[in-house]
Amino acid sequence: MTDILNAIIVFANFVLVPGAAYGAQLALGALGITLVYGVLRFSNFAHGDTMAFGAMVTVLVTWWMQGHGVSLGVLPTALLALPFGVAATALFVLATDRVVYRFYRRQRSAPVIFVIVSVGVMFIMNGVVRFIIGPDDQDFADGARFIVSARDFRDMTGLDEGLAIKSTALLTIVVALVVMAALFWFLQKTRMGKAMRAYADNEDLALLSGVNPDRVVMVAWILVAALATVAGVLYGLDKTFKPFTYFQLLLPMFAAAIVGGIGNPVGAILGGFVIAYSEVAVTYAYKRFLGHLLPESLAPESLVQLLGTEYKFAVSFIILVVVLLIRPTGILRGKTI
Amino acid sequence: MIRVENVHKHFGGVRAVNGATLEIAQGSITGLIGPNGAGKTTLFNCIAGAFPPTSGRVWLGEEEITGLTPHELFAKGLLRTFQIAHEFSSLTVRDNLMMVPPDQSGERLWDAWFSPRKVQAEEAAIRRKADEVIEFLNISHVADELAGNLSGGQKKLLELGRTMMVEAKIVFLDEVGAGVNRTLLNTIGDAIIRLNKERGYTFCMIEHDMDFIGRLCDPVIVMAEGTVLMQGTAEQVLSDERVIEAYLGHGVKNKAEVGG
Ligand SMILES: Nc1ncnc2c1ncn2[C@@H]1O[C@H](COP(=O)(O)OP(=O)(O)O)[C@@H](O)[C@H]1O
Ligand SMILES: [Mg+2]
Repeated sequence: MTDILNAIIVFANFVLVPGAAYGAQLALGALGITLVYGVLRFSNFAHGDTMAFGAMVTVLVTWWMQGHGVSLGVLPTALLALPFGVAATALFVLATDRVVYRFYRRQRSAPVIFVIVSVGVMFIMNGVVRFIIGPDDQDFADGARFIVSARDFRDMTGLDEGLAIKSTALLTIVVALVVMAALFWFLQKTRMGKAMRAYADNEDLALLSGVNPDRVVMVAWILVAALATVAGVLYGLDKTFKPFTYFQLLLPMFAAAIVGGIGNPVGAILGGFVIAYSEVAVTYAYKRFLGHLLPESLAPESLVQLLGTEYKFAVSFIILVVVLLIRPTGILRGKTI
Repeated sequence: MIRVENVHKHFGGVRAVNGATLEIAQGSITGLIGPNGAGKTTLFNCIAGAFPPTSGRVWLGEEEITGLTPHELFAKGLLRTFQIAHEFSSLTVRDNLMMVPPDQSGERLWDAWFSPRKVQAEEAAIRRKADEVIEFLNISHVADELAGNLSGGQKKLLELGRTMMVEAKIVFLDEVGAGVNRTLLNTIGDAIIRLNKERGYTFCMIEHDMDFIGRLCDPVIVMAEGTVLMQGTAEQVLSDERVIEAYLGHGVKNKAEVGG
């Protein structure tokens, strides 16, 4: 019996809990991508670097606050700095839209042009972030490290295995839930949200209605900036802030959006967790987990790891390819905000 | 009310509209007929701003409106429906209608946050209006249905309903009657006449059903091969040799290549 409990705990500790936090981060990122795709009709390759930008501003403001003795106690100071990050990112993104994307919108350019343009924007944001904060790891997390540490857990339960729950993991999940609930309320219940769905649904008709396209586009960008910043900051708190990792997140985030059904927010969330859990489950070494379950004679010698962690991005890629081959519209049918 | 002056629209080598000139009188229900591929829909698109004409000019009253966007034209009271019905498929019929009135305060960030009362009152008024329209069109039973689930005929009714959500000056109807059953067609016809009489809407409608045209339209304009062939009452037009020839001749030949 204790063996089974130990196995469950070890699995929860290394797969379930980290997967949930990572899934929530991917889901938030994928929501931003799906929103741009649904409303503005292109795949935004700059989304990863938008996250980096938002996180960077939040890091800078957090440092400033920490320097002035501002603190949230057990919660990370970054939560206080988050609104500043969102505001700065929204301004940056709106400015980008004004000087770059709007021109192509007026031209009614093909989506592929927008994609290429967004790659350009990506390089610029990438450069801006490195120029300001540099390419290295930055530490900005403070507050309590753990809600439950592995040792406390072992002492409490008397089991061999400990379950550590990082406060950032719980924080990620709570914040992600709040943000998603707010987003769905906005899209379903408010006039602006409905106008946005209408615009995504049928642009020609929306233009022939009272829907003001400029306003829809503006609000969409603000939402995207908010989602990106929140996702970027949560990821940074949970792991570490490093500009390049956000670029790397682009693949799993796109995979999440597409697997779920691009353009569909529920799909983006679903896709985020599918990708996250696949990645974690495939790169996890099951040696200890099996060691608890199997009799000693059968206990595995090797790590029992399907794929080394350095190949984790291949997982998103494989899932993406499989979904595109079998069900190109994604799990939930795409394109319905 | 509307003046179209020598409008051309070319797609590569295809001269879809080739020098059309016509006038639509205020308060009329003007019919626009012609064989498939005559350029009727393309002319509508030029007038209603889907794309600018290659050359030529369009006037609304005293004001030139050539090349304005659909959104700008909508603000001036020029509305149109589509040959293939458009709807917001993931919104309910009521929400589809409520989407039409422009510049609602709920769309302004400031008002949405800081004067929720005003937003609510306005929304309630628009909802009442939408319910009136739903009543008028006899579609109460599908009011809360997603518009994407409606039948083709019901979608056409919804298109007409959209034009009733604001004070339109002129409405362009592209084959509202096509693919609609008799009963629904009569409902649509009645609605058009009432809107014309009671609310002073001017209509310009593309139609193929000659009975329907005879009942509603005066005058009727005939287009063929991108230009205006003639104009007259329904009887005059239908008994004219040139019109018959246009329909029997090129119309049939072109039929296969016309999608919309
Ligand atoms: N977007 C387009 N690109 C190329 N050709 C078009 C386009 N739209 C219409 N046409 C062509 O223009 C001609 C007129 O079409 P249309 O205006 O739809 O005719 P109608 O509505 O009178 O049946 C047709 O030959 C059609 O194939
Ligand atoms: Mg047509």
